[in-house]
Amino acid sequence: MERRLKDALASKLMLIATVLSSLTVFFIALALFQKGSFILTTRPLSHLFSSSWQPSKSQFGFYPFIIGTLWVTGLAMVLAIPVSLLCAIYLAEYASKSVRDILKPLVDLLSGIPSVVYGVWGVLVIVPIIRDYVAPAVGATTTGYSILAGGVLLAIMVFPIVISVSEEVFRSVPYEVQEASFALGATRWQTVKHVVIRKGLPGIIAAVILGFSRAFGETMAVLMVVGNVARAPSTVFDPGYTLPALIANSYGEMMSIPLYDSALLLAAFILLLVVFSFNVAARIILMRIERRMR
Amino acid sequence: MDKRKLEEAFFKALMLASTLIVLGSLLAVIVAVVVRSAPALSLSMLTQTPKGGYYLGKEGGILNAIAGSLYLVGGATVLAFAISLPVALYLEEYAGRSRFAAYARLFLDVSWGVPSIVYGVFGFTIMLYLGLKASLIGGLVTVALFEIPIMVRVMDEVLRMVPLELREASYALGSTRLETAINVMVKQALPGILTALLLAFGRGIGDAASVLFTAGYSDYIPTSFSDPAATLPLAVLFQLGTPFPEVQMRAYASAAVLMIIVLSLSMGSRFLSRRLTRYVVR
Amino acid sequence: MKEAVEPIINTEGLNVFYGEQHVLKDVTVGIPEKRITAIIGPSGCGKSTFLKSLNRLIELTDGVKVSGKIYFHGLDVFDGKIDVMYIRKKMGFLAQKPCPLPMSIYDNVTYGPRIHGLDDKKELAGIVESCLQSASLWDEVKDRLKTPASRLSVGQQQRLCLARALAVAPEVLLCDEPTSALDPISAQRIEELLINLKKNYTVVIVTHVLRQAMRLADHVVFLYLGKLIEHGSAEKVFRNPENTVTQAYVKGVFS
Repeated sequence: MERRLKDALASKLMLIATVLSSLTVFFIALALFQKGSFILTTRPLSHLFSSSWQPSKSQFGFYPFIIGTLWVTGLAMVLAIPVSLLCAIYLAEYASKSVRDILKPLVDLLSGIPSVVYGVWGVLVIVPIIRDYVAPAVGATTTGYSILAGGVLLAIMVFPIVISVSEEVFRSVPYEVQEASFALGATRWQTVKHVVIRKGLPGIIAAVILGFSRAFGETMAVLMVVGNVARAPSTVFDPGYTLPALIANSYGEMMSIPLYDSALLLAAFILLLVVFSFNVAARIILMRIERRMR
Repeated sequence: MDKRKLEEAFFKALMLASTLIVLGSLLAVIVAVVVRSAPALSLSMLTQTPKGGYYLGKEGGILNAIAGSLYLVGGATVLAFAISLPVALYLEEYAGRSRFAAYARLFLDVSWGVPSIVYGVFGFTIMLYLGLKASLIGGLVTVALFEIPIMVRVMDEVLRMVPLELREASYALGSTRLETAINVMVKQALPGILTALLLAFGRGIGDAASVLFTAGYSDYIPTSFSDPAATLPLAVLFQLGTPFPEVQMRAYASAAVLMIIVLSLSMGSRFLSRRLTRYVVR
Repeated sequence: MKEAVEPIINTEGLNVFYGEQHVLKDVTVGIPEKRITAIIGPSGCGKSTFLKSLNRLIELTDGVKVSGKIYFHGLDVFDGKIDVMYIRKKMGFLAQKPCPLPMSIYDNVTYGPRIHGLDDKKELAGIVESCLQSASLWDEVKDRLKTPASRLSVGQQQRLCLARALAVAPEVLLCDEPTSALDPISAQRIEELLINLKKNYTVVIVTHVLRQAMRLADHVVFLYLGKLIEHGSAEKVFRNPENTVTQAYVKGVFS
């Protein structure tokens, strides 16, 4: 009997732990919104979307940061998607098992590198390259701390997640359909183009969404190379400022200026909302694909 | 006929180029960081805390950050493990295929994708509310929150691979679910569980945004939970921001130390899991 | 009964290995032209492997090694100068599980011609109609050619796969247990189609159902444990097998 009691008690405790940990996201959202919404009561939404960010003068226009985040993330995705998909196709369809067994862990290693290390590397390598080679090549001048630097760094950070999810999606395309294509005399690329990619499209979309979400929320690496200037950029060589970088940088001044903390918490809440929605959408797509496999 | 071969060759070239770009970036990052930081990497760097004038270029080292990170993330990983293992067991053994489990897994997966800065801000907000100052315990709890989704996810997958027959054998002998969970599943999945721990630790130690607001920073090694604690990622950040080149070099060195720790953990855990799997029942 | 016909395909010393496993052992046999040849034998004896070796589909699987020779119209199939895709074009393949490509019915049939470079719309439309007619599917789908092929019933899907295989104008039809996933009525339709098709195509059908072989085959190849035991006209193999193993199998002692 005592064993049954232990079992029942344990299972109740575990259930509570499970419920609490699954709902943590919601608790976080609640806390952020609670404090962050305060600023909404004192400022109209139009103000919050304005381009003037001067907290000391009580001006909280988020526009430059929203635009900056979109620029950097967008550039990162434009750079990362083709490279990642091609690499994933290679790993899934062309590489032999032994090659794949070596390359896949290496790609995963990219996702383990801490973002501050990427930031340091960006400062050491990417920024000077942009300043001294890329910009002059197109006739622009820049300190190197730019949207481009942020975009390139983010693209590299996004590679592993897009590659690994896409690769799994491609591998899960049933062999019989590919075999049917080969039996008709198609080349491997034709089979990939017409059958594998077509069948894997929802999965690719999910992988891209996950990658975008990761890039959107990345803080440190971007902070270190993007220039942190609160003005909407007009070219990729201009510096920018992203929402996560703003939150991180304003840590010191947050408490001393009224409404500043509320503004930042609102920003954090928006960040959470965007990332949450994208991730849920991507996961649901992937779950549907998995279910169709069974 | 030729056109097809050409198309195939063209895309094959593109694919190889892409793969090279990806692998090349990995190489570039590792090599550049190690090479550029080599001059500043010395034994004294690793074994001393910053002395007076450290930030102006004088003596000292990053022991404060190394120790701080180890304490903080070590503690966080232990705390996260204490919560994640029961959750993973519950999901696998008790909840299985239910709708509840599907939702729980969905939300946990999504929590994994939440940027660490959000955890940092959340942790800070709670600490303010409770009147706590930036400290070891604040950072510890925040990083633990950050690590839980990672750990649960990996452990969940590992537990799922425990063969059904093994579990059935345990139940057939009259075990309760708890007993099966502890005696059979955990033992069988031990290598994977270890991997989950190392993976989460690696993520936690490399993350800056979750400790930025919550752990504070200090030139000293923390001696109690309420002391502020320096961490390696923040050491990199702060040292990089100074105008002194010697200090900046130390930032690179800190980054190299951090990177080496994380990469060794990553490769070590892979190696470990492969070796330990030999003893596991198939 | 029927005069001896020239083989259109000849294998010589065909050996196939899956890694260490020796699946096909030194198979030397000829497949007669414009007849139905049934490859029979118990499950797992290398029948499908043999079939997939003919159009070199087998080498797409990881770890497979093929040695020996296969001649098609006297040409060595493994000759580097011959494009493997040309071989596959000449040998249509019908798999066990109906496998529509993820596209519309129309696109499924035109897939083959299109990948080989045909893009004349009129010609393609003509091919679609004639192949679907030959597969006895035209009347059922002519009004919904652009709908997804996945919406067809299993029996219809298999006929679609047949039409798709015919669209590239092959000379040979390789069928790997084409009716085993179908209901009896659909199976019967496929069998009727195959009998019809042998007027213009060489049909090679793998089957583990003896009765099906008896119904369809003009020529029989009996494989057991990867080895060629006996081959010859259906008359001979079924009525008067020479080999004792064949005798046992044909009498239904083991299958």
